[in-house]
Amino acid sequence: MQEIAQPNSLRANASPSLGSQIIVNKVSKSYGAEGFAKTVVQNCSFTIERGNLTVMIGPSGCGKSTLIRLLAGFERPTSGTIIIDDKLVTGPGVDRLVVFQETALFPWMSTYDNIMYGPRARGEDTPEMRAFAETLLQKVGLAAFRKKYPSQLSGGMQRRAELARSMINQPNVMILDEPFRGLDAMTKRLMQEYYANLFDEFRRTTFFITTDIDEAIYLADRILIMTNIPTQVRASIEVNLPRPRNAENITESDEANAIKMQALALLHEEAMKSFARGSKAAADFIEAYSRRVNKE
Amino acid sequence: MNWLRTAGTKAALFITGEEFWRGIVAIVAFLIFWEVGSRSASLFGIAFPWVSQVPPPSAVALAMYYLIQDPSFWVSAYLSTLRVFEGFFAAMVVGIPLGLAMAVSRTFYGISFPVFEILRPIPPLAWVPASIIFWPTQELSIAFVTFLGAFFTIVINVIGGAQSIDVRYFQAARSMGSSTWDIFRRIILPAVLPSIVVGATVGVGITWAVVVAAEMISGGGSAGSVGGAAGGGLGFFIWNSYVGGSYTQIVAGMISIGIAGYVSSAALRKVGNLMTPWLAEG
Repeated sequence: MQEIAQPNSLRANASPSLGSQIIVNKVSKSYGAEGFAKTVVQNCSFTIERGNLTVMIGPSGCGKSTLIRLLAGFERPTSGTIIIDDKLVTGPGVDRLVVFQETALFPWMSTYDNIMYGPRARGEDTPEMRAFAETLLQKVGLAAFRKKYPSQLSGGMQRRAELARSMINQPNVMILDEPFRGLDAMTKRLMQEYYANLFDEFRRTTFFITTDIDEAIYLADRILIMTNIPTQVRASIEVNLPRPRNAENITESDEANAIKMQALALLHEEAMKSFARGSKAAADFIEAYSRRVNKE
Repeated sequence: MNWLRTAGTKAALFITGEEFWRGIVAIVAFLIFWEVGSRSASLFGIAFPWVSQVPPPSAVALAMYYLIQDPSFWVSAYLSTLRVFEGFFAAMVVGIPLGLAMAVSRTFYGISFPVFEILRPIPPLAWVPASIIFWPTQELSIAFVTFLGAFFTIVINVIGGAQSIDVRYFQAARSMGSSTWDIFRRIILPAVLPSIVVGATVGVGITWAVVVAAEMISGGGSAGSVGGAAGGGLGFFIWNSYVGGSYTQIVAGMISIGIAGYVSSAALRKVGNLMTPWLAEG
């Protein structure tokens, strides 16, 4: 395995370099005026340990993205607290980074300039950082595309560039909001492998949101299954499959299949509730689930 | 020398292209229609409506041939160009910061936008009399009206461009540790740049339309001091040709304005493309 050029300063202060601990305590979030308010997150509590990759999965429109905005500090909870490393979250911080659903790369910057955005914003355009940017460019397979603008990259490349742009900041917490949504099946698979490798190497506390159960099992240390809106944690499933993982082995693993059946059953229940409320997305899910169960 | 070869290849491709020939055919057909229509009374004994009143392109071409050898025509063209540049430049210098300020500050927007929106629909030409009264010289009056022509378009485009910036860019920048100044410089400015280019390209066209009319109405600005009657700019030149009954010169003057407007817009578009390389295709 090749030596990773990680800036010394970061290595020193981030030791043991696993990132932060997150405690979400009885958090609720409502939108709208008093009396007409719609509660999206209700009394939601969970803890994410240092260096843990927690994948959150739940029916579409269940309030997952709201939870992300709360964790990132873009919005404040209506009640309850979010505590990261003993500090109350009151706004966005450099310690937490969000990778958004669709690309949020800056279109007017080259791949390299996008990756170096964070370090330059903090006045850290040092030789170490530039070397780290090189390493990341290699890791995500974009070394030949450093001078290209985002519009000149494919969908998968854009996602990889965005991962690199986040990772160079060595955040204590990484938050990924359905980062591989909308990619075709092959690209998605490839992206999951890229991401899993990066995670194994630069292990940090990570909060990963998806609607794809296979993706969740392939990546997660732990899966949180969310209820229908107003959302809270329905179940927490530990995924103790050895790392580095291999997508083929997982398909054949009994343990993975057991987790999958358990998770799907829970998700199905939540989708039914959502369906009863008239959600189109839930109807799709139920149909897909029934087909799968009938086949097996 | 490589770029020269590339440019040569591009030009060769362009000339052999279907697009190019379609354009040539259209222009030639238009000129024939015009020439025949203009001479319809003597050719067919029936005067075609409208087009028979216009001097034929051959006569206009002849007039233009003499015109481009006349220094006073170039003084006119120079004066109009200068006024366009002054007004346009002032509109950029005032309009871009104003638009950005209105987009960035909610308070400033609340104060300035209503006034701006009341003034915006007033046609620049309606400002001509007031402008002549307000400004000490004719020259300044014309430049001011020209300024107004581009100003509102530029401001509206800057505001629109800044307001449509994806909120995730700000969230991403902030969570990576950007200061407010850094966000302004590295996010807002480049994000608004394409809208500025659009505003400027449209604005310069309006500026040409306005300067010519302003010159006609105000009697040619510094006409008395520079080069006699022809010193008043292209607008005054056309008006003067009308008064003197030289219809070929009217059309020749119109065509020179069309060419000047086209060149200005094309130059701005070129500069704009160079400034926004990320919008290029491929």
